[in-house]
Amino acid sequence: MKALVLTAAALAGLVFSSGASAQIQPWHEIGRDATPAEVKAWDIDVRPDFKGLPKGAGSVSLGEQVWEGKCASCHGTFGESNEVFTPIVGGTTKADIERGRVKNLEEGSTFPQKTTMMKVATVSTLWDYINRAMPWNAPKTLKTDEVYGVLAYILNLAEVVPADFTLSDQNIAEVQKRMPNRNGMVFYEPLWKVNGKGDVKNVACMKDCPVEAGVRSTLPDFARDAHGNILEQNRVIGPVRGADTTKPAPKSLPSGAAAAAPVVVAAAPAGAGDAKALLSANSCTACHGVANKIVGPGFNEIATKHKGRADLEAYLVGKIKNGGSGVYGAIPMPAQPQVKDADAQAIARWIASGAK
Amino acid sequence: MSEDFSHVIGRVLPAPENHLSADKLEEARKARRSFMGKALAMGAGVAGSTLAAGRAMANEGDPNILTLPEHSTGLGQAVATHPYGMPSKWEANLQRRQSPGLTRVPQASVSFTPLQGLFGIITPSGLHFERHHQGWWDIDPSKHRLMINGLVKRERVFTMDDLMRLPSVSRIHFIECGANSAPEWGNVALPSVQYTHGMVSCSEFTGVLLSTLLEMCGYDKKRAKVVLAEGADGSSMTRTIDIERAMDDCIVAWGMNGEMLRPENGYPLRLVVPGIQGVSWVKYLRRIEVGDEKYATKDEAVHYIDHMPDGTHRQYTGIQECKSVITTPSGSQTLLDKGYYNITGLAWSGRGSIKRVDVSVDGGRNWRTARLEGPILPKALTRFNIDWVWDGKPAILQSRAIDSTGYVQPKINQLRAVRGTRSVYHQNAIQSWRVAENGEVSNVQVY
Repeated sequence: MKALVLTAAALAGLVFSSGASAQIQPWHEIGRDATPAEVKAWDIDVRPDFKGLPKGAGSVSLGEQVWEGKCASCHGTFGESNEVFTPIVGGTTKADIERGRVKNLEEGSTFPQKTTMMKVATVSTLWDYINRAMPWNAPKTLKTDEVYGVLAYILNLAEVVPADFTLSDQNIAEVQKRMPNRNGMVFYEPLWKVNGKGDVKNVACMKDCPVEAGVRSTLPDFARDAHGNILEQNRVIGPVRGADTTKPAPKSLPSGAAAAAPVVVAAAPAGAGDAKALLSANSCTACHGVANKIVGPGFNEIATKHKGRADLEAYLVGKIKNGGSGVYGAIPMPAQPQVKDADAQAIARWIASGAK
Repeated sequence: MSEDFSHVIGRVLPAPENHLSADKLEEARKARRSFMGKALAMGAGVAGSTLAAGRAMANEGDPNILTLPEHSTGLGQAVATHPYGMPSKWEANLQRRQSPGLTRVPQASVSFTPLQGLFGIITPSGLHFERHHQGWWDIDPSKHRLMINGLVKRERVFTMDDLMRLPSVSRIHFIECGANSAPEWGNVALPSVQYTHGMVSCSEFTGVLLSTLLEMCGYDKKRAKVVLAEGADGSSMTRTIDIERAMDDCIVAWGMNGEMLRPENGYPLRLVVPGIQGVSWVKYLRRIEVGDEKYATKDEAVHYIDHMPDGTHRQYTGIQECKSVITTPSGSQTLLDKGYYNITGLAWSGRGSIKRVDVSVDGGRNWRTARLEGPILPKALTRFNIDWVWDGKPAILQSRAIDSTGYVQPKINQLRAVRGTRSVYHQNAIQSWRVAENGEVSNVQVY
């Protein structure tokens, strides 16, 4: 109420000092107070000191159950999969847990991945992220105890906690003391503050500057057209053209300045056609390629496998809505009840007609 | 397939609308060379013709002049044929594109801005690079809310109506992903500037200063050290921002280049954090929490951290340091002829404005200072140009930017000497483009 009075005073043109009261601006009352329930609904972040962590508990075995139904299809049964996302688990040792530094991050390591458990220093980060953003296609749907359970399962896979462990708000600070890379993070202020000084120095030499001899790295030949034909990615007028990267580079500057004829080819949108747009919109493409296996089979593989099956469309609608396993391997496809019936029909029809 | 080559004129071979087969391409080239030869022999200044008729008409002039085209002799299209206008069909080659193999999930991926074809400093909104963490949404703006909580006197909620009533600013800033140029910490990996540098864009953003909102909520000036920004999408991206940044030039923005934000860029509300890597420019912004400790969110603890040679990771290294790149001529472009070229490119710095850009055409031995085009704005792309006459011999083009703090854009070996080769983020090295005798430009590392 006091603020309202001051606002009115400001509007009336009364003289302000330049002190504290000058901060009450005529727009001060725009917006409204948040209710406690609203703050509770959205304030879900958990800090490294565990401020914001809700009470709860979940065992490794509870986590394993959730994992198999909702997580394994992308991350692999043991969190090791590199198929869809980079692996969560792997590359850490008992010695790392002792030391709080991960050996495989040091120079000379030949370990092929930087897994989540190798890098993350703070267990709060994992709790917060699983809670806010997982599962991939249904974020924020896990119950609090399930988040504890899934995190316990991951920590068990990384040998941070034993198989009979139950993670809770009461013991998570103890678990933090066993995080394999807990001492591996450095706060480097000059790259946090805008007015900091950079850590890498060059000088603006202008004449006869020192340069190491030769070209040190070039684009490998196999990468020449790895990003498509660059001819089709440049304007058709102007001082230059795109090079025709579907062909080897010409031996010399084309005589008479005859450059490759430019062509206009619009980039294909990520999901061309209705069915492909639906696949993208419904996150199907997170696990299935059109012509390649990702987690599940490529759509063309499904089309080929069931070619000639009379009820294929209905069969595929059922698989989309209810999930399944065993047809293409052990990793289950989770049920997708959120996919609209009409969308599931359209996708099934597209697959049944050859997935092209 | 078009088989009409009637647009062929001079050096310029405008496109048929569809792709030409290899045979047709070669036919076009041969026919044109044959014609060019005759035209030159006849001393024609400008050569051009319908391929069939061209030879006969070459001495008379360009049939594109001599024969009036349909657009000069017919009736054009009506107003508002396209109520929201689109680029010319001839410009369809310039698109946002994905880098094959970079990511395996299109909802957590990147598309790159075609810097090789853009002018000035503003990125067309439809070509602004995309980075999504869990897919993009087109959110009903009447239902979108912004909450401010934490160390404030009043925890507040704002609708879009509320926010858009507040005093607003419009400012031009670049946004660059912290992983721009990342694949080249070790070796050359990418063919063109679209993929080496295309995760930078620059727009005029309109919104209310974050400082205005924090003052309205009565933030705790003694205890506040950071704010947490959080998105409303599935990923609910969260990033820690220094309170000094928050109170300086951060904008809670709804406008981009005169219109509302595009959905791919966070419609209806995103945070603009000038000078800081793009991941902090939280899209679909739903909440700002004022805090006294950094949050170590997933993208501050697993990604967007700098892997150092001793095995540690630097955390919270958000500044996009001074950087530049030549956009024409650039990787996988081809020069059409010897002679004059305007070398053009972009420079930017997360610490301030661009003071100077130098360009070398001999791989960094000798440098000349380029012309900076206006406007030269803090934490915005700055366009540079410099004259160059290509003598047909191999050349290596580089640009080197210097910002208002005096920082000089480093060479890749200088970056590696400090940060090693296993880092992913914050690669701001001088880019080298090699021009070969055949006119082709390719991506190389020279230092």
